[in-house]
Amino acid sequence: MTGPMQHDQDLLTASGQPGKNLLTATDLRVCFGSGPLAREVVAGISFGVRPGECLAIVGQSGSGKSVTARTLIGLTGDGSQVSGRLEFDGHDLATLTERQWRSIRGARIGFILQDALVSLDAVRPVGREIAEPLRLHHYGRAADRRARVIELLRQVGVPEPEMRSRQLPGELSGGLRQRALIATAIALDPQLLIADEPTTALDVTIQAQILGLLEESKRRGRALIVISHDLAVVSRLADRVAVMRDGLIVEQGPTAELLGHPQHPYTQSLLDAIPSAHSRGTHLSDSSGKARAPAVLSARPGGLAAQAPLLVADGLVKRYKGPDGKVRTVVDKVSFELHRGETVGVVGESGSGKTTTGRIVLAVTSPDEGEVRLHGQPWTSLSEGQRRARRQHVGVVYQDPLSSFDPRWTVRRILSDALPAGYANASRAARIRELLHQVGLGDDTLDRRPLLLSGGQRQRVAIARALAPEPEIIVCDEPVSALDVSIQAQVLDLFADLQDELGLSYIFISHDLGVIHHMSDRVVVMTHGRIVEQGDAEAIFRHPAHPYTQRLLASLPQLSLQPELSGREPAYDRSA
Amino acid sequence: MTQSAAAGQILVEDGPDIPEPAAVPSRRRRVGRVLQDVIGGVIVLWGAATLTFLAVHLMPGNPAVSYAGGVASHPSKSVLAAIIKEYGLDRPVIVQYLVYLSNLLHGNLGYSVSEQMPVSQVIALNVGPTAELTLGSLVLAWVLAVVWSLLTVRRGRIISSIGSGLEVLAASLPQYWLGIILLEVFAFHLGIFPATGGSGLQGLVLPCFTLAIPIAGFLGQVTREEFESALEQPYITSAKARGMSDWGVRLRHALRHAVLPGVTLSGWALGSLISGAVIVESLFSRNGLGNALLQGVTQQDMPLTIGVVLIVAVVYVVATILVDILYQVVDPRLRSAGQ
Repeated sequence: MTGPMQHDQDLLTASGQPGKNLLTATDLRVCFGSGPLAREVVAGISFGVRPGECLAIVGQSGSGKSVTARTLIGLTGDGSQVSGRLEFDGHDLATLTERQWRSIRGARIGFILQDALVSLDAVRPVGREIAEPLRLHHYGRAADRRARVIELLRQVGVPEPEMRSRQLPGELSGGLRQRALIATAIALDPQLLIADEPTTALDVTIQAQILGLLEESKRRGRALIVISHDLAVVSRLADRVAVMRDGLIVEQGPTAELLGHPQHPYTQSLLDAIPSAHSRGTHLSDSSGKARAPAVLSARPGGLAAQAPLLVADGLVKRYKGPDGKVRTVVDKVSFELHRGETVGVVGESGSGKTTTGRIVLAVTSPDEGEVRLHGQPWTSLSEGQRRARRQHVGVVYQDPLSSFDPRWTVRRILSDALPAGYANASRAARIRELLHQVGLGDDTLDRRPLLLSGGQRQRVAIARALAPEPEIIVCDEPVSALDVSIQAQVLDLFADLQDELGLSYIFISHDLGVIHHMSDRVVVMTHGRIVEQGDAEAIFRHPAHPYTQRLLASLPQLSLQPELSGREPAYDRSA
Repeated sequence: MTQSAAAGQILVEDGPDIPEPAAVPSRRRRVGRVLQDVIGGVIVLWGAATLTFLAVHLMPGNPAVSYAGGVASHPSKSVLAAIIKEYGLDRPVIVQYLVYLSNLLHGNLGYSVSEQMPVSQVIALNVGPTAELTLGSLVLAWVLAVVWSLLTVRRGRIISSIGSGLEVLAASLPQYWLGIILLEVFAFHLGIFPATGGSGLQGLVLPCFTLAIPIAGFLGQVTREEFESALEQPYITSAKARGMSDWGVRLRHALRHAVLPGVTLSGWALGSLISGAVIVESLFSRNGLGNALLQGVTQQDMPLTIGVVLIVAVVYVVATILVDILYQVVDPRLRSAGQ
């Protein structure tokens, strides 16, 4: 009778000697299902983390990293078998009863999931969510808990904490929401904090703030395990990195060493796949770093200025009336040009008006002022009937192709539907095949439905659909934001190849500065509906003139290791 | 203290993306919404009154005879003359309609020949027992559905299948048959509850179960579906990661999300309960609006029928408004929403 009680007592008293592993996993295996259907998702991995240290587990979706994270708090899920040894502060976690687990979760191990919008209960005020771990672990009385909630919100940098604590997650901005979620995890100051993709889906400046928070907790001697697919994010935070693939750790070691001298080809390919300054004009997805044809990018014979622009956006203004009756200007006097064979990158944070600008160029949203001209002729000021015949010149690729496909249609039907009228049956079939091959897909995908395709394949189908009417311009709205880094690399390469092959012009909208820098000839930087800076990509990224651009670049986490160690130049001039 | 101050300093700049609190406009919006419901309800009631008026006048035969209690009651000439005068039946239809509406507005529902008293009095006598029955059944249906969901949703394949299987069965039970079975088992065979009438709670048990079980089946089905998807959500994992137990996340997090669609259905359920009351009240020989309606129809007592139909319409409208208000209580997002 006294046995388990004492064990409980031990679990609740922190010892946490420095220098010794707080958590050690030895030959950890996780298996889902049983019998012939059993699937080993984590196939024997070992790692450890010390107090005041950050371990990053990096890998693509499906590598088993999130399952690993959940296993560390005993929430692997239904129908899973966990084997191997997990030791936390001297206790074998495998022997814990459910009640003992509960006394650890939230109190001694904090867990932060990605995307606070769905990780916080949408119908409860955030203050109550933050108070929950306090209540569950019997922290003080109700008044003490309320005071602690306010203190926590203040600690994570939420302004007006009293008011915020009464708001629902949906009433907070993405950054504040993520901070509130972090507050729930650090409420009882746990010794170990596990963060599963803590900054995915956040804008760079907010991402930088969240990373700052996690760094702060590391400085206070807490151990940190960060799960991410983004090497740049972890390079800032992690002391050690473990690279996971297919349930195995292929390589682990100190961050600088691992990223500077990756031993495993997989780590190397992950690093190569990151689009940034140094990757401009090269392929991302093969290790050869093959250069694109010299005719592309800014080095075109004759220069761009000599040609008449293909598309001109002139003083675009778009206003919306909010539910409170206030008029918001989402696009404010936006002007830019797009030349043949050129990529104009539009970069900005969410709410900067870049998507609305893209929609105006597509002529699906009409501007309140200004106009877009195509081939020097009116475009947005035409009536839809006049415009329809010329619609084929401008195509579009969205972030999430799945929602833009009819899920019951096969790939064949999706592409057939996008072809202009006037194809005979035989030539139609041939053209569909040609389109598929152009985007690097085989005939076997023809009769499959979008749901059964991988994210990368879906985006290829979306590109093929955009290519079908032989457009000159494609508006790409965050086309790679939902993809893993190596798939993203392949899709970016595809965009580049198609541009070289077909002479396409892109308006490339993204919040990812690395992607924009990699892809663009010229860059338009937007915030609050206005263009704060535009010009040659290289010039803007090397010497940003506007404070907003400077702030954006400074927030960008990147693989800025010691240059002599990594052999890479620091990408951006941070002193600016 | 210094640490938190330092952390605050690092993070203080958040840009202008913080939405401003919108407490005042949201309250105004909420009141506006209820007002909208009330106006809509008045229109529905007016429609119901108009339809019943048209029904009486489109029926073959002399409306005066219908008002007098039907052909079977063999009204005398003088009675008919009095009725013609009271309802203005000798005047143009539009005038009759206006007289009818004005009578309704003054609460004058006419005289029930079969009950030998004013219709309003019949309704006043019967509304209480029916309210007891229907509201009791609704509460019971919710209790059954929620408890059943809490116990059986995601409890392993076998228990979950039994849970959802019984819900389908319950939802498909005809109330008439169910009532007879309950009577047979619990009243005649076991003698635990009275078969007919009965005062107070004892007499209410079997009729309430008869009405509540099929409704509980429906509510359970929608609740189960929401419950299952709620338990899959990341916020449940978050709550468990804070040390919450399985029962904790079910009661404190998932349940609220799970009952939302059921709340919307409650308005419909109340309507279905009132129509069910017609069967149950006659089966268990209870007084109530259902029985009054049945009597009005079978005895061709037109004022009584119209009166009950209108009262049912009022109940529907009020229930819809209450459900709307309740929905805003359960789902605080509606109180603050707007973006």
